[in-house]
Amino acid sequence: MRLLQSTQMRRVLGLGPALGIIGFFMVVPIAIIIVFSFMKSNPYGGVNPEFSLEAYKQFLFERNLMDELVFNAAYLRIFGRSFLLAIGTTALCLLIGFPTAYYMSRQPARRKNLMVFLVTIPFWTNLLIRAYCWILLLRDTGIINNYLIKWGIIDEPLTMLYTNFAIFLGLVYTHIPFMVLPIYARVEKLDFNLLEAAHDLYASRQQLMRHVILPLAAPGIIAGSLLVFVPCLGDFIIPNLLGGGKHLMIGSLIQLQFGGSRNWPFGSAAALILMSFVLIAMMIYVWGPGRKMKPEGDA
Amino acid sequence: MRSSTTSGPNPAGEKQFVIGRFPGFAATSWIFLLYLYIPIFLLIIFSFNASHSATIWHGFSLEWYLKAFGNDDVQRAAVNSLIVAFIATVVATVVAVFAALILARGGRFRGRGLSYGILMLPMTMPEIVTAVATLSFFTAIKLDIGLGRVVIAHTVFCIPFAFLPIRARLQGMDTTLEQAAQDLYANEWQTFRYVTLPLLMPGIISGAMLSFIISIDDFIITLMVAPAGSTTLPLYIYGMVRMGVTPEVNALSTVMLAISLVFVSTSYLIGRKKQAGTANQ
Repeated sequence: MRLLQSTQMRRVLGLGPALGIIGFFMVVPIAIIIVFSFMKSNPYGGVNPEFSLEAYKQFLFERNLMDELVFNAAYLRIFGRSFLLAIGTTALCLLIGFPTAYYMSRQPARRKNLMVFLVTIPFWTNLLIRAYCWILLLRDTGIINNYLIKWGIIDEPLTMLYTNFAIFLGLVYTHIPFMVLPIYARVEKLDFNLLEAAHDLYASRQQLMRHVILPLAAPGIIAGSLLVFVPCLGDFIIPNLLGGGKHLMIGSLIQLQFGGSRNWPFGSAAALILMSFVLIAMMIYVWGPGRKMKPEGDA
Repeated sequence: MRSSTTSGPNPAGEKQFVIGRFPGFAATSWIFLLYLYIPIFLLIIFSFNASHSATIWHGFSLEWYLKAFGNDDVQRAAVNSLIVAFIATVVATVVAVFAALILARGGRFRGRGLSYGILMLPMTMPEIVTAVATLSFFTAIKLDIGLGRVVIAHTVFCIPFAFLPIRARLQGMDTTLEQAAQDLYANEWQTFRYVTLPLLMPGIISGAMLSFIISIDDFIITLMVAPAGSTTLPLYIYGMVRMGVTPEVNALSTVMLAISLVFVSTSYLIGRKKQAGTANQ
């Protein structure tokens, strides 16, 4: 009995501080924006404590001069663009990331470790600085344009910065390590005997890829895709710096509501919608096909 | 992490058979690595540029570094960044050690999965959501403590980054040494202080270093919660970048890249030593 009490006590004391900090300063704040999203906005910042569904209505409708609700697709378009950019980024990351992860896993141990290290470093460096690198390259008077003109290849600078192309490039650049690493973790464990066996049974390269490697790499591909898709959807730095704030994405839309345009309930609602996309994506990961494939891969 | 524990498919077989190989994969990988590093290298090179232009090379100079370090605003921002990162790292690492001990060693109990989920929450939530939620919370409770707001927000998201390496280390440790200590009449505190803690140290250092860089580099959450006058380095750089491209930004960015690189490399080397240690056991 005393033993039980003391282990119980220990668990509370051990986990208490960490859970307390996250609970009080993260779970409570999320509860607060849920409450805020159902209130009226205060033009001077913050909210007026009155119940209202205005914030959610604002996604689809706006009020005209007669105070009637009229359909407004502006915000839907922002969500649509964010989704398209996030899906496009995920696809391109997969296209580059899968061959890279596979190639890395086939290297001798020393080079393999070096390559993993090289892919990991950008993750730990400042996102802002990595976006800034691309401003340096893509600007009208940037490195690429300057040298292209200097060498006489073009006369007029190419407009590359502040375009959808720049956003896309920046999103892929900053998120691709999240695709490579989980796939690598899977294919690295791939049993070479399986490939040999398939080869002995006259499997072609394509068949080998489709029936042996891809099924075993699938959980890594799913994890990587989520790890790219989710942060892309809410990204704020890249669309702001490389898109010049012209091409809004969900992240910048949320930030604007708490900054310049000051509509906290609407910003809270947008944040919650973004959060629910993330939760849905995570649930797909936990209960979806990834789970079924895990034991198969470990065998 | 996993790479050196499993020795990989037999290296001899790899050379004999071309079966595991696909055309274009090698080229893709090397192009990918170039794509990853060329922009960073250009940034570093141009930070040593002698001209006022940030993008045409004129010769080597340290002018911009001197200018950046001599700037009062930069110094203030750097001090703020260091204060925040230091406090957040210490608090996050200490609470993460205890949480990891319970979750890795405390057996199964109700709420274990939930506790783990809550610990990972700051890592899974999109940063912008955390940022506006924290801002709303601080505003709602009228918490106006200047840089303290930034410290609190950073501590929260540093916890999972400190926790994961510590837990990984605990899971890889076997308990024989601790049992031996107890057989030799060490009490619980002595066992923890002289056996568990030294063995756990590489994980703790690794976790602390990762927390430190995550905090030093954070931008979005800091941007939202930092009141005027509590500028950190990334906020200062953002302000400068929005004004235009100057070689001073290149110099500052290079310094921050160097800091991250040193910390990650150290953390990585400590991690590798740890693996060698477990492999020998």
